[in-house]
Amino acid sequence: MTAPIETTAAQAGAQPEAILSGVKKSQIEGRSLGQIAWLRFRRDKVAVAGGIVVILLVLLAVLAKPIESIFGLDPNAFHQDLVDPVLLAPKGAWGGMSWEHPLGVDPQFGRDLLARVIEGSWVSLLVATGATILSNVIGTVLGVIAGYYGGWVDSVISRMMDTFLAFPLLLFAISISASLQDGAFGLDGLPLRICVLIFVIGFFNWPYMGRIVRGQTLSLREREFVEAARSLGARGPFILFRELLPNLVAPILVYSTLLIPTNIIFEAALSFLGVGIAPPQSSWGGMLTSAIDLYEADPQYMIVPGLAIFVTVLAFNLLGDGLRDALDPRSK
Amino acid sequence: MNSRKATAVLALATALALGASACSSSDKTTDKGTGTSAGTDAALTQVVNKSDKAGGTVSYEHSDVPDSLDPGNTYYGWVQNFSRLYGRTLVTFKPAAGAEGLQIVPDLATGLGKASADAKTWTYTIRKDVKYEDGTLVTSKDVKYAIERSNFAPEALSNGPTYFKAYLVGGDAYKGPYKDKSPGGLASIETPDDSTIVFHLSKPFADFDYLATFSQTAPVPQAKDTGAQYVKHIMSTGPYKFESYDDGKSAVLVRNPMWSKAIDPLRPALPDKITMKFKVNGVTIDKDLLAGTITVDAAGAGVQPASQPSVLSAANKKNTDNSYAGATSYVALNVNVKPFDNPDCRKAVQWAIDKTSVQTAAGGNVKGDVATTLLPPSVNGYSKFDLYPTPGNKGDTTKAKAALTACGQPGGFTTNLSARSDRASEMAAATAIQNSLKAVGITVNIKSFPAGKYFSNFAGVPDYVHSHGLGMMMMAWGADWPTGYGFLDQIIDGSAIKPSGGNNLMELNDPTINKALSDAIANTDSAARTKAWGDIDKLTMENASVVPLLYRKNLLYRPPSATNVTVTQAFLGMYDYLLISSSK
Repeated sequence: MTAPIETTAAQAGAQPEAILSGVKKSQIEGRSLGQIAWLRFRRDKVAVAGGIVVILLVLLAVLAKPIESIFGLDPNAFHQDLVDPVLLAPKGAWGGMSWEHPLGVDPQFGRDLLARVIEGSWVSLLVATGATILSNVIGTVLGVIAGYYGGWVDSVISRMMDTFLAFPLLLFAISISASLQDGAFGLDGLPLRICVLIFVIGFFNWPYMGRIVRGQTLSLREREFVEAARSLGARGPFILFRELLPNLVAPILVYSTLLIPTNIIFEAALSFLGVGIAPPQSSWGGMLTSAIDLYEADPQYMIVPGLAIFVTVLAFNLLGDGLRDALDPRSK
Repeated sequence: MNSRKATAVLALATALALGASACSSSDKTTDKGTGTSAGTDAALTQVVNKSDKAGGTVSYEHSDVPDSLDPGNTYYGWVQNFSRLYGRTLVTFKPAAGAEGLQIVPDLATGLGKASADAKTWTYTIRKDVKYEDGTLVTSKDVKYAIERSNFAPEALSNGPTYFKAYLVGGDAYKGPYKDKSPGGLASIETPDDSTIVFHLSKPFADFDYLATFSQTAPVPQAKDTGAQYVKHIMSTGPYKFESYDDGKSAVLVRNPMWSKAIDPLRPALPDKITMKFKVNGVTIDKDLLAGTITVDAAGAGVQPASQPSVLSAANKKNTDNSYAGATSYVALNVNVKPFDNPDCRKAVQWAIDKTSVQTAAGGNVKGDVATTLLPPSVNGYSKFDLYPTPGNKGDTTKAKAALTACGQPGGFTTNLSARSDRASEMAAATAIQNSLKAVGITVNIKSFPAGKYFSNFAGVPDYVHSHGLGMMMMAWGADWPTGYGFLDQIIDGSAIKPSGGNNLMELNDPTINKALSDAIANTDSAARTKAWGDIDKLTMENASVVPLLYRKNLLYRPPSATNVTVTQAFLGMYDYLLISSSK
């Protein structure tokens, strides 16, 4: 699966400068793995669009606070005069849309939805990215070790993965979030909640990554370049991290972009169960949660965070697909 | 969008039409003098769709299953109400509209309980003509046995309340009829003859008649009792008996030939048949009600939030009743958590909270009225007062800040507020409180806990509350019986503070309040007793550790086919199941 990339990389990376010195670089420049992938990626318009949306979303999340203060948006300001207390819905059409509240207001407190979606973006993306990184690090390290060493090491780690997969994750998530209400590990309030969410989501999702990496490693460790390294006297850790890991970057990267949207939805699910982010802080999942009860009275309230999640998940998925095609053309 | 605009227009039209129809319907009532005209909230004060036509089927649906339909094994309000169709208790609440429904009237007994002067001995005489569905005569021993099995045998019947165990002499030692086979049973319930039953209490308890309304006093023949299995073959004494009972799925009741109107002046018993279906989706029940295919939502707690817009639409709103659920939601301020050990800091919260904002957040005025007292209006002893009046109930920043200064925290302080994470409206109310306290400089961090463990592990555990600084706790409370004592005893009496699972979240242990409670419950003069509950409520509000938020309300829907519909205040504001009948 990674064979062509491997040979290209070996040829390009060996010593072209030394042999071809004097020739115009632009004419015969060896193209690295990254450059080839980038070329292929650029040709995939859909993936590029996904990538652009992802970049915009990340910018939005990072700059959420400055954007809010520039436009005078306050995600926690009440405007209950805009809410109809009998119908459980904002007054006016389209969930209370107006120039002051371009996406309308929420039906219980009259808080501005645009501000809350922007404010929620950094929470959702931070939790999803953090959890993805955590499960990737654990999954990759354990997966590569299991795949390379095999034998009893593989058995132990594989059974561990099975155990984790069999774990009732939601139950555990609920109990751990409920029991870590107050300060823990020197953290308190919102930072603690975010860390707990990252831990819960990330720590229990690593076996998926672990299995993929283990499978890849199993096939890679029998390959010639690994045997060559071994015959030259390379030891385990060197082979693991210098020979095998670089060849695993593609599947890890692809899987990560696909895991992020899953984690965004998982954060939403946890908020839905009431163990996510504590009010008044908004998160997309939390907004969906409160919208569910009131969807008939105020559909707009569900559509706004729903669309935000939809666009994010779609963009990450398109980016992930494009990356996979670019890094691993044979899977196409 | 057009449809949304249309909804708003419709809503406005509804409001106007309702205003008009309310007037016209009251006119009609006076004209005909029948009290049968329908209209929004009509069943709160009168019997709607009055009819004396026998026949038809009343069909119930419930979104869940009951704890048990066995009268001796239930704590649910709706089963207490429903079980009266097949079990006659010593006394019961009068099947009548409005406040009359809070009156206690004799049922199996020939009169109310006769109390000794110290309110420690209660005697009832039971009717000599009541038979079970198999023709056996009911005796006072069956009532004694029913109370023994329901209160003292948690190994078989664990669901019901255990007030008899708590108040009867020797109640803590008796092991129940399944373990203790001695023929005499519990000595403190005497049955000198087949129609007399005497209760000996360990302390004065003037509300005893209310305990005698519990479904636990419905007679059970010892020979037919099969413990937890009795629910499958309940011996009826009421107008209906079980034709079939499918555990967790359904039940069908048909007429009991051993019952007649001659021996039961209370029950009209019009329908020929009663059907009950369990585990029907809540929104489906609402749709069935609107379509008229069923008569009542058995739970009686109101329609689902998702159904609210269609139930409140112009065509349907005239068939709704927004009844008091007999419960108050409030914030408990723990007097042992700083700074709430200082009454002025508690008063600052009393002044600062915008209750109208809380009401809107919790679902608007159909979900509850703004509360100023701990006792809700549908409880005997309610007296109306407001010690912390603010314009429009929107809170008073100036007075709140003055109180903060008086308590030595002029800049405000930081505290924690607990709420139940799986109760959306409670979380919303907490968010609104957080917002209104922010305006006076009080920073509130919301801590959410699962409802199932709220009292056993978190808010109900003083050690946890102290060590985690839970100064404020969201709470809602409804009484087991509708009097001031039934409501207040478990939440403001110092003896209700428990190491775990307690309901006195304020940890209120005020000697004046404790004494007022024990004095009042020993008073057999019911008028004086009723007045005392309002006074105790006032003492509690002066202490300022309880911030009442809302008197909870249910939004009930009665299909036009339902006849003789009225809300009973005695059973948490649901319809009276003794009266209800159907034209279908």
